[in-house]
Amino acid sequence: MMTEVHNTLDARNLSCPMPVLKSKMALKKLEINQILEILATDPGSMADIPAWSRTTSQELISSEELGPKNFRFLVKRLK
Amino acid sequence: MSKDKPKRMAIIAANGTLDAAYPPVILASTAAAMDMEVAIFFTFYGLDLIHKKRSKKLKVSPIANPAAPMPVPNIIGMIPGMTGMATWMMKRWMKSANVAKFEELRDMCLESGVRFIGCQMTMDVYGVKEKDLIEGCELGGAAAFLEFAMDADITLYM
Repeated sequence: MMTEVHNTLDARNLSCPMPVLKSKMALKKLEINQILEILATDPGSMADIPAWSRTTSQELISSEELGPKNFRFLVKRLK
Repeated sequence: MSKDKPKRMAIIAANGTLDAAYPPVILASTAAAMDMEVAIFFTFYGLDLIHKKRSKKLKVSPIANPAAPMPVPNIIGMIPGMTGMATWMMKRWMKSANVAKFEELRDMCLESGVRFIGCQMTMDVYGVKEKDLIEGCELGGAAAFLEFAMDADITLYM
């Protein structure tokens, strides 16, 4: 079953720390329980997006490596 | 992980070269995105990072910098123009790696509530006026910074 995505952040071709900063801004615009899709090419985001979700108490639904330098994350806004 | 009281990070930025400019604003903006309270104390050469004019002309020196991606012998680095060349090369490398500009990261710090404290004593030493600093800074001395840093979970000197 496809997870419903409420907004998509294209953070491709951005380096640390931009994917996290833009994710934060995009997530703030969502309602509680809505889901943000994040697309990234920065290999550091595989560690950074999960760390950011954990420390800010948001829910990381999935993190996928779709290919070389091609990452996709789903984060649900919990607070 | 986050409890009622937010985590706090206090940074002392004491250097004014282009390479030293990045770590404070990268960590501060990221910490703010992680719901932390952040303040940066800009002191000594670090004051250049919030100086309207001087922050536009940050440079990196090839002298005594063996970690540069393309190390230059010190005696070559002394030739006029080599600092400009090293600066140009660093900017080019950063751009090709899609790293955001220093000013952009600095703006994101201020937009996300990071406190910028300019060192009053440094300003007096260098003859820097409040109007010479970028918008959004506050001024203070060691005690003003330490009052914030006293409750910090992370304190960094850069």
